[in-house]
Amino acid sequence: MNLEPSRRDFLKTAAVAAGAVLIRNVAVAKPADALIDTNVYLSHWPLRRLPCDDTAKLVAKLRANGVTQAWAGSFDGLLHRDIAAVNARLADECRRLGGGLLVPFGSVNPKLPDWEDDLRRCVEEHRMPGIRLHPSYHGCKLDDPDFAKLLQFAAKRGLLVQIAHIMEDRRMMHPLLQVEPPDLKPLADIVKKTPGLRLELLNVKLPPLDLLKAGDVSVEIAMLEGVGGVGKLLAQLPAERVLFGSYAPKFYFESALLKLKESPLTEEQLRAVRCANAQRLLARKQLS
Amino acid sequence: MFEIWDVHVHLSGVPGATPEERLERLLEGAERLGIARLCVFMGMKWSYDPTPDDMRRQNDEVLRAVKRFPDRAFGFVYLNPQHTQASLDELNRCVRDGPMVGVKLWVAMHCNESKLDPIVARATELKAVVLQHTWYKITGNLPGESTSEDLAQLAARHPNATFISAHSGGDWERGLRAIRPYPNVYGEICGGDPTAGYTEMAVRELGPERVLYGSDAGGRSFASQLAKVLGADIPDSAKRLVLAENTKRILKPILREKGIKI
Ligand SMILES: [Zn+2]
Repeated sequence: MNLEPSRRDFLKTAAVAAGAVLIRNVAVAKPADALIDTNVYLSHWPLRRLPCDDTAKLVAKLRANGVTQAWAGSFDGLLHRDIAAVNARLADECRRLGGGLLVPFGSVNPKLPDWEDDLRRCVEEHRMPGIRLHPSYHGCKLDDPDFAKLLQFAAKRGLLVQIAHIMEDRRMMHPLLQVEPPDLKPLADIVKKTPGLRLELLNVKLPPLDLLKAGDVSVEIAMLEGVGGVGKLLAQLPAERVLFGSYAPKFYFESALLKLKESPLTEEQLRAVRCANAQRLLARKQLS
Repeated sequence: MFEIWDVHVHLSGVPGATPEERLERLLEGAERLGIARLCVFMGMKWSYDPTPDDMRRQNDEVLRAVKRFPDRAFGFVYLNPQHTQASLDELNRCVRDGPMVGVKLWVAMHCNESKLDPIVARATELKAVVLQHTWYKITGNLPGESTSEDLAQLAARHPNATFISAHSGGDWERGLRAIRPYPNVYGEICGGDPTAGYTEMAVRELGPERVLYGSDAGGRSFASQLAKVLGADIPDSAKRLVLAENTKRILKPILREKGIKI
């Protein structure tokens, strides 16, 4: 459906008036516009196969939906102990199968001996622009000194740090694998004490507004809920803090894309969330 | 092109001082995503175990809202089986004598209990569908919160009634299995995260004719829930059924009775 927005809206309104609203696809902007998905995963979710948990399939799905870049972590980073191998595989998959689309974000588990070397390899061997952390799967609370140390090291290395808050609904977890989402409160203090830290929160249900206003902290929309949630969030935060993220392939990619359509956003807001904010966040690495 | 009917919407989670204003906000969001009709139930303020007065207040609010938008919204009557006679009276008031087309049962009582039998029997006489909240929580269900297995027991006693398993048990890999043997139970996929594979499994295990799209808006977003169908790896013919055709088919008898053309 390549109609101009005004024409499209008119048709939609006319159709609603007739009591027969129809939807064909979920395109939100012209295909030429950049779309950066800051929250995708490679490899397998530990408890279920997913329709797109194959890298080639995921890339095809993202491309078909207009994604021009996707920041990829690995599901293996949750429970595997051989983190060095997890990150090597992630970097390799992104290079071999990403077709220029996938940007690897390595895992670091600050509770493993010599995690510092995993961090070093992310930067020096894999040339990753950032890391993705799953502290609750590593038994690490955010006020743990090891966690603060990890963020300090990452900031010094110029890495963008993503913290994945919720990986699945607490109520329906496997009885033998129940993981509490980490309490985000200690982050405010860490942010204050860690100069140069760039943080992005992933999979947050209720964005912590104070924290997001405090430092260089951004949030993506994969778990944002409510009618017109993106518009409501933008009304409460500086526009540059909100990024696009789908949590594909665990979530249907279309969820995040449709959220952009559900909120009445200006062209400028749409551009900021779709790509400009993510581009700026990555580019700041060179400055720091 | 897909026509979309949303079988699970509440007057909550959106701003508005009156039920009419809230439904208007919901319809604006729905319209942006091409959703034609909403089934609405429960009032502006909820309670797990409503008194007969509270039940009437909440249903009055839904009646007000759907009266303002009769071409876009249908009401389901919210009942509490703990108050059997009051529920039967309310069923008659809102469905037999009013515009409502379905029954909503939430968490006041496990739905396998015999107190539900007269309510289901009366709803079926009136051709109303019965939508029952179902969830499995590893963190613990509410005292009266039904699982899909509870609903399966009720459905076995009432083969001629039409049931909707709201949320398909939340833990859908469990819930879909529990309702699978009962052809009069429909799996509705709203209210949980848009976890990929959900709709594929529902369609595979129940057949595309027994799966219904719903959102649980305004607590949930229309977008995240619609993605479960639009993003699913199922044929367009199945999406068409899930998005509207199945809901239209199960509501058709009561809509026809009320002279509502669709
Ligand atoms: Zn609900």
